[in-house]
Amino acid sequence: MSDQTATFINVGERTNVTGSARFKKLILEDNYEEALAVALQQVENGAQVIDVNMDEGMLDSEAAMVRFMNLIASEPDIARVPVMIDSSKWNVIEAGLKCVQGKAIVNSISLKEGEEPFLEQARKVKAYGAAVVVMAFDTEGQADTADRKFEICERSYKLLTETVGLPPEDIIFDPNIFAVATGIEEHNDYGVAFIEGTRRIKENLPHCHVSGGVSNVSFSFRGNNAVREAMHSVFLYHAIKAGMDMGIVNAGQLAIYEDIPSELRDAVEDVILNRRDDATERLLDVAEQYKGEGGKKKVEDLSWREVPVKDRLRHALVNGITAFIEEDTEEARQEAERPLHVIEGPLMDGMNVVGDLFGAGKMFLPQVVKSARVMKQAVAYLMPYMEKEKEELGITEDSSNGTILMATVKGDVHDIGKNIVGVVLQCNNYKVIDLGVMVPAAKILETAKEENVDIIGLSGLITPSLDEMCHVAAEMERQDFNVPLLIGGATTSRVHTAVKIHPNYDKGQAVYVPDASRAVGVANSLLSDTQADQYKTGIAEEYSQMAEAHARGQAKGERLSLADARANHFAIDFAEYVPPKPTFLGLKTINDVSLEGLVPYIDWTPFFATWEMKGSYPRILTDDKMGKAANQLFDDAQKLLDQMVSEKWLSPKGVVGFWPANRTAEDDIELYTDDTRENRLAMFHTLRQQMARKNDRAHVALADFVAEQGIHDYVGGFAVTAGHGEDEHVARFDAANDDYSKILMQALADRFAEAFAEYLHARVRREFWGYADEGSLSTEDLIAEKYHGIRPAPGYPAQPDHTEKRTLFRLLEAEQRTGITLTESCAMWPGSSVSGLYFSHPDSYYFGVGRVEKDQVEDYAARKGMSVDETERWLAPVLNYAPGR
Amino acid sequence: MTVDNKERKERIAELKRAVKKRILVLDGAMGSLIQGYGLEEADYRGDILKDHHVDVKGDNELLSLTRPDVIREIHLNYFRAGADFAETNTFGSNSVAQGDYELEHLAYEMNVASAAIAREAADIAEEEDGRVRYVVGTLGPTPRTASLSPDVNDPGFRNITFDALEDAYAEATRGLIEGGSDTIMVETIFDTLNAKAALVAIQNVFAETGIELPVMISGTITDASGRLLSGQTVEAFWYSVRHVKPFSIGLNCALGAEQLRQYVDTLSRITDVNVSAHPNAGLPNEFGEYDQSAKEMADLVGEYAESGLVNIVGGCCGSTPEHIAAITEAVSTAAPREIPQIETRMRLSGLEPFVHG
Repeated sequence: MSDQTATFINVGERTNVTGSARFKKLILEDNYEEALAVALQQVENGAQVIDVNMDEGMLDSEAAMVRFMNLIASEPDIARVPVMIDSSKWNVIEAGLKCVQGKAIVNSISLKEGEEPFLEQARKVKAYGAAVVVMAFDTEGQADTADRKFEICERSYKLLTETVGLPPEDIIFDPNIFAVATGIEEHNDYGVAFIEGTRRIKENLPHCHVSGGVSNVSFSFRGNNAVREAMHSVFLYHAIKAGMDMGIVNAGQLAIYEDIPSELRDAVEDVILNRRDDATERLLDVAEQYKGEGGKKKVEDLSWREVPVKDRLRHALVNGITAFIEEDTEEARQEAERPLHVIEGPLMDGMNVVGDLFGAGKMFLPQVVKSARVMKQAVAYLMPYMEKEKEELGITEDSSNGTILMATVKGDVHDIGKNIVGVVLQCNNYKVIDLGVMVPAAKILETAKEENVDIIGLSGLITPSLDEMCHVAAEMERQDFNVPLLIGGATTSRVHTAVKIHPNYDKGQAVYVPDASRAVGVANSLLSDTQADQYKTGIAEEYSQMAEAHARGQAKGERLSLADARANHFAIDFAEYVPPKPTFLGLKTINDVSLEGLVPYIDWTPFFATWEMKGSYPRILTDDKMGKAANQLFDDAQKLLDQMVSEKWLSPKGVVGFWPANRTAEDDIELYTDDTRENRLAMFHTLRQQMARKNDRAHVALADFVAEQGIHDYVGGFAVTAGHGEDEHVARFDAANDDYSKILMQALADRFAEAFAEYLHARVRREFWGYADEGSLSTEDLIAEKYHGIRPAPGYPAQPDHTEKRTLFRLLEAEQRTGITLTESCAMWPGSSVSGLYFSHPDSYYFGVGRVEKDQVEDYAARKGMSVDETERWLAPVLNYAPGR
Repeated sequence: MTVDNKERKERIAELKRAVKKRILVLDGAMGSLIQGYGLEEADYRGDILKDHHVDVKGDNELLSLTRPDVIREIHLNYFRAGADFAETNTFGSNSVAQGDYELEHLAYEMNVASAAIAREAADIAEEEDGRVRYVVGTLGPTPRTASLSPDVNDPGFRNITFDALEDAYAEATRGLIEGGSDTIMVETIFDTLNAKAALVAIQNVFAETGIELPVMISGTITDASGRLLSGQTVEAFWYSVRHVKPFSIGLNCALGAEQLRQYVDTLSRITDVNVSAHPNAGLPNEFGEYDQSAKEMADLVGEYAESGLVNIVGGCCGSTPEHIAAITEAVSTAAPREIPQIETRMRLSGLEPFVHG
């Protein structure tokens, strides 16, 4: 849906003659064309509502309002957002209301002149169908204390909702933001009064909103933008917590709360919250230091821009600051004998500090990746000088610790983890050759030979990639390689590496790397002159022991026969249950979803996990140890997210389908062309749990969740992607040596795909299949899966067979409708895609099939019409026996 | 002629009960059926406009004054086909539209007469089968529109004001109430601002007369863009008019049932009032004629009903009593759409919706 939703509305104020000198000039000069361009720009910059005000003594305000509103109406790019009709004169407001077809906001009415005009205007607001801003103003004047603010708003609220009948959600109170720290004592409590007033309004007057003009609060610090920005930010921070959900805020004039130097923030907080008598004096003292352009950056300048260049480089690396990197690198280059010395000297010194801090758990992965960005840009700056030197002096030398080739294996498309490892290795002075995704073994080995690499690293996320890794290892053995082989990625494991890959590669050593933070240690050990042999021997022994233990353990995994497992299937009583029928059968392409609409469905916890920051969101933001880094990462992510959303970097596409379906006696789900159920359309095959159990829990298969023939049941399927458009930006970030932003964006694209799946599932439950009345499940509830029905994906625990995706994709016409393709390993391309089946029965649940026995594999292969060999290959990770290959 | 307000109140109460129990049916097209009578200029003029200096053939609303027998018969045919409602023959009987024939002065009278004729037909039908029938007093669009400039070189220009529209619609509404309408429907809305003028007028007339009727609203999606001619999406349109707490919101005209479905579907999800749909009988063929059969249309509209999208259905351009009979049959067994609870949020709109909270 195109629904724009927001939790804080920032009202654009550039088309307000009292708020913008430029706009006033344009209107007074009768230059409406330019004035219109101002409005357009404002909407393009993300204003969700635009305020239009023509209150100027030199103008016929009513005529100007009508003319401007009519002009806006003719510009769809402006008219798409609601307008706020702003005037102190009712006739101007009413004239404006008569020009807008949308639902606008009237700004404002109040009890200033008493109840009569207030009620009359409110009735008109209601008749024209507008929302309204109500000032905390009565015949006594503007409210300045929390009590007065609340009293006036409460009285207004009663009159509006009870006497006039205006819906409470259409009421926006403006309880007056006044300047603080003016030197007049009575003004000191104005910030608190607004915040407190807001809290009481929101607590006691249901559904209403609170707004205000934020810049007023800092009026006494005109000319000192750093302090003003800090005041706006601190004020909003507290006011929003109290319930303010709308306001006129110049986004360009807003510091990030966490980024405000603590000394300044404390002083500002003292003033806003009126925490001490001398707050104003203290802020004035602090404010002196922040005068001048750039505000807080200037302050940071003082602390580190004046130290020697090598220290500045270190500071920039540790703090991930790219702003001065070229000038500092240039300065260092001039001081150094050779450009290479800059890298070997100050830059590596700085990165060593980063490495140490990271090793000591004082820095976190996102910060390291930011440091790497600084490093990369410095090196990129030096490259031409080094090339030139090479030409002139014929010097070729490699000062790196070693060359590492990295690739995501054939059939797999996932590369965020691999990119992170690459960056971390580069930080530690390894030369990284990244071959990208879907790389065939031949290409990997060919490149490894040409470039004479010291280590090969393989990455993969889906299970068939495990097999491909075994294949690469075998090929390395055959081609007489002996360089170490690193194995990493979500489905890889130490056990798999030990049992399946290690035996394939005797001539060299395969090593499992659990996460990016271990990669450097492993690489250092493997390439160390002194420790390498010992390290490799240790790994080899460990893996051999694991393989043996695994072989012993294998026999213990007791299984039921397939027949017994089937006899104990999960029995749903369909006699007592009528399966809901979807609102349509067949397919529906989903192409009306905006990134913006998906944002509320994002589950942030896995986002942090991508960066190896383990902890659930939002608690992670306040974590003692990681909190600061998590906040920083989250801020960066939000900024990029905003940009991705407003500039529409990705185009979400999806398809959903429903089919009449019944389960067969053999754990399959038969789909029919239509509800007569006469013609079979396709068959989904499912696998059944076979683990021996001490309790009497069922041995479930997905087919159990569907009714047998004779009952009209249905299943659904979907495929969604948020990956269209990603490549272009990856290329752009690569060109800018900005791995940080690249990985950040890839991680967000993944989140969007998952959010899309969640969003679509919600729509399916509530609308397309329409069996659920979920009222108001929150995002947290959704993530916690507090709803009926499941959407399991082929390749995941409930159905470990990736090849079922081929059936699903064919049925969904997924390729034509969404542009998602399947690789030979059944990975989805683009990688930021999700697919799965839908089951609606309230008792359906997510489970893991676990390991399966040969009897089931043979049965399954026969049902699927696939050879047992091939079936075993696809199901390799879940076989409870060693296939006789 | 006087209207029995007590009877009307009872009918409205019955309407509110009936709509909860079953899907109610509007009538179909008026204009194409009038054409079938082959009326000439003289028929349109009748006695009252013998000497009028402008040709009036084609001013169908005028027939309510000059050939009431024709209009009554058409209403009756629809009632007999199964319709619950007759939409009054007042699509263009507002002073702005009648200005084209220089008959502004007759606008009020046309509305009174049209409502009265529909009531007469309703009474006959009620008499015949004992089922309560309702008269929908309709307010159509005008040839002038408040959101759009007729002059491409001057996008800020308008050839009609909100106030002028409000006056014209107020006059028409008074006539419709006077003539005995049970509800007022603002229909075939292609500019929401015109509709808002009508809605302001209606509310003012209700306040002034002390007679409050259920308000029905029906917009027109002009093409596959999914927007009204004035640019609003269906959702934005709903947010613009929902403040009047209408009895129903719906869509009609321009599209056939097949093309209209997705927008009806949207409305049915986002609105907490009754949803109506009276699509055209398909899309016009190359001769501008509608050739969708009664069965084809009824199948499509029937599916709306089965899918729980609608509370009120009917037909627009190209539909005939035969279509309405088939539709009546098709929806007779389906349950009316259940009205969803919509979360309390501030819902604003420009051309697009904006929800806060």
